[in-house]
Amino acid sequence: MSTLTEIGVHNPVEDFLRMERIPSIWCPGCGIGTTVNSFVHALIKTHTDMKKLVMVSGIGCSGRVGGYIGTDHFHTTHGRAIPFATGLSLANTELNVVVYSGDGDLVSIGGNHLIHAARRNVNLLVICVNNMIYAMTGGQAAATTPAASMSSTTPYGAFEPDINIPQLVDAAGAVYVARWTAFHVKQLETSMAEALKKKGFRFIEVVTPCPTLYQRRNNMGDGLAAMKDYKDRSKIRNGAGTHEVAMLPGEQIIVGKFVDRERQDYLTLMRSRLGANFQEWVDAPPQVEHEEGEGCGEC
Amino acid sequence: MATIADSIKTHTKLEHADQRAVLTGTHFMNGDAAACEGALAAGARFAAGYPITPSTEIVERFASRAPQVGGLFIQMEDELAASITLQGMVWAGQKSFTSTSGPGFSLMMEHIGYAAMTETPCVFFNVQRGGPSTGLPTLPAQGDMMQARFGSHGDYSLIALVPNSPQECFWLAVKAFNLAEQFRVPVMVMMDECVGHMTEKVVIPKAEEIEIFPRRAPSKPPGEFLAYGEIGEDLVPEMASAGEGYKIYVTGMTHDKRGYPLGNAEAQRILVGRQFEKLRRAEAELTLIDEDHMDDADVAVVSYGITSRVAERAIQLARAKGIKVGRMRLQGVWPFPEKRFREVAQRIKAFVAPELNMGQVVLEVERCAGGHCRTIALPHAGGTVHRPLDILAAIEKGAQA
Amino acid sequence: MNRGSVVVVTERCKGCGFCVEFCPTHVLKLSSAFNAKGYHPPHLVDGDKCSGCNLCGMYCPDFAIFGYREPQVRPVAPAPSQPGKEA
Repeated sequence: MSTLTEIGVHNPVEDFLRMERIPSIWCPGCGIGTTVNSFVHALIKTHTDMKKLVMVSGIGCSGRVGGYIGTDHFHTTHGRAIPFATGLSLANTELNVVVYSGDGDLVSIGGNHLIHAARRNVNLLVICVNNMIYAMTGGQAAATTPAASMSSTTPYGAFEPDINIPQLVDAAGAVYVARWTAFHVKQLETSMAEALKKKGFRFIEVVTPCPTLYQRRNNMGDGLAAMKDYKDRSKIRNGAGTHEVAMLPGEQIIVGKFVDRERQDYLTLMRSRLGANFQEWVDAPPQVEHEEGEGCGEC
Repeated sequence: MATIADSIKTHTKLEHADQRAVLTGTHFMNGDAAACEGALAAGARFAAGYPITPSTEIVERFASRAPQVGGLFIQMEDELAASITLQGMVWAGQKSFTSTSGPGFSLMMEHIGYAAMTETPCVFFNVQRGGPSTGLPTLPAQGDMMQARFGSHGDYSLIALVPNSPQECFWLAVKAFNLAEQFRVPVMVMMDECVGHMTEKVVIPKAEEIEIFPRRAPSKPPGEFLAYGEIGEDLVPEMASAGEGYKIYVTGMTHDKRGYPLGNAEAQRILVGRQFEKLRRAEAELTLIDEDHMDDADVAVVSYGITSRVAERAIQLARAKGIKVGRMRLQGVWPFPEKRFREVAQRIKAFVAPELNMGQVVLEVERCAGGHCRTIALPHAGGTVHRPLDILAAIEKGAQA
Repeated sequence: MNRGSVVVVTERCKGCGFCVEFCPTHVLKLSSAFNAKGYHPPHLVDGDKCSGCNLCGMYCPDFAIFGYREPQVRPVAPAPSQPGKEA
């Protein structure tokens, strides 16, 4: 290796990771680590200031990504990465806040926060690694588990359909919505780079293999089989209507950038509404007496 | 009451409040409004919340005041969100709080545990109403006292303060933020509907008369600093915020000095042990009891919040009858001031403990009495306050013991 | 003629085979040898054809392999087949 070091050859991704924590906890054939490569290359491409980058995650396999990236990292409670990140983003506008977590965390238990964060349009990039299952707890069905799938809690197949995440966040008002699979490493990198440069609520879904806890119970082979399946079944349709991109077993996986629009983010809107008052107040806050005793406190 | 702000003894250099946010003057305001002004005086510029009676006035006022001092209030989609959004604000370098009541407090429990585990300094105002469940939304109770202490899963320790007037809402709000920063724990301000909604005179002093405990800062540069490893005699770690280059790793999992998850019994013993011990060591400082006539008392009336004001009338009536009764009004309930109660139990006949619940803090009183004196509970299901005459009867009973 | 090569950190490899499958020039193969954890790490079998495109590095979930262009041999080497376009 000394010769490689001499000629300056090393994996640039390593500079962005906490290498003392590698190897990761992820199973062989898991696609989460693959998405990390795309993310790190997007950070490189966009010259992202690592000092101001903050990774926030919830609970689950994908929730561990932030902990491998060499930057401030908050591993929060299950489903609540987005509201924590909202607090960070609002209270320090210099921070570049990225939520990197899984489908169970962001869309199932945290689904309400996902909707409202998209609506609110706080400056957040949310990367949702969708492996279609609650993997860390042993393979239970999630809101993203395809209909009829076997899981440890749906031993006769799931009786409920999965949710079309891009449609959900699009309807709620996200300014950037894309979906890729772990196979699309370069497109994912490009998408992440675009999203890193944008303000407001941005969302990228990445479909990844879970050989251990999803595919095994559904006779879908290993991680590599899933990756080949993504290659075969994926169809890039940038600009596709998000109502058309639901994933159905055996059918095309529509990937691409679906939404890229402009809408004032929360703080910009707040400041423009407060207008001239805002700076005046910051310089010299009014010392007003507040009227008291109004309202009866009914619910 | 200025003594409360003065009582903080620490090596950290205290600061003065920012005068731009201090509404210096004499006001006629309710407890919720006073709590909000206390938060502002203490340095809170950001808050997250969700509407719920009878606490909403705190954040309603804050929503109006915060933008004037460079902050903001954000109304979240539920209390689960509000109680963690505020912690994001804290790690962004700000002081932050939320306010809630009964059902909302229940939803916040997981994040009180998160704040305890991650040692996030933050403040929760709980304006208590009748429960369980939706209960009595507009009427008083003190039924969340045990929940405040034990509501989140696992073992942790925290601080809970209990004001009994709008004036004290102001001061204890300031103190709550100071204690949160000093000990890096979540601090509960356990108001009740009466205290929250009663309107009284509130005197807010000049900013330079309000002492503020600033955020603990890292003493080492990035690379050398351990997020949970720079611990002094008080066992409280220094704190780096996001965006300062420290690459902090914060997790609700059991963690090591770097903050990295470490799942074993030894790591758990060290971490949870230290988190308990840091408050245990500060017992004297955290013993916040407003006492009166305790020198020769035969009976001590233990109360807090609105109940203490009803109890005061009973104490007056008992003294008029010649009964040696003293007052032990709790301004801080958690950690429970065990040592003081054990001392008192040695030389009195009885504790009388009225509270607007079916018997919560009285359990602690009885435990500390340890059989040395009687403990007379005066439970009340809430919705209104005790009758002073009922408390008087209990005092008389205790004096005979 | 070498245009690029790969570095394999064998002990990090979990043997998923992503790098082998998606190598655009098909120069990788899982070896028959085991690493300490019992996985078969990849190795370069047709080194001449490696373009050093690093697509293996992009796919590797365990940061166990990466490709690099050999700067001394070919300082300016516009790769004829850009990786990742075939998806």
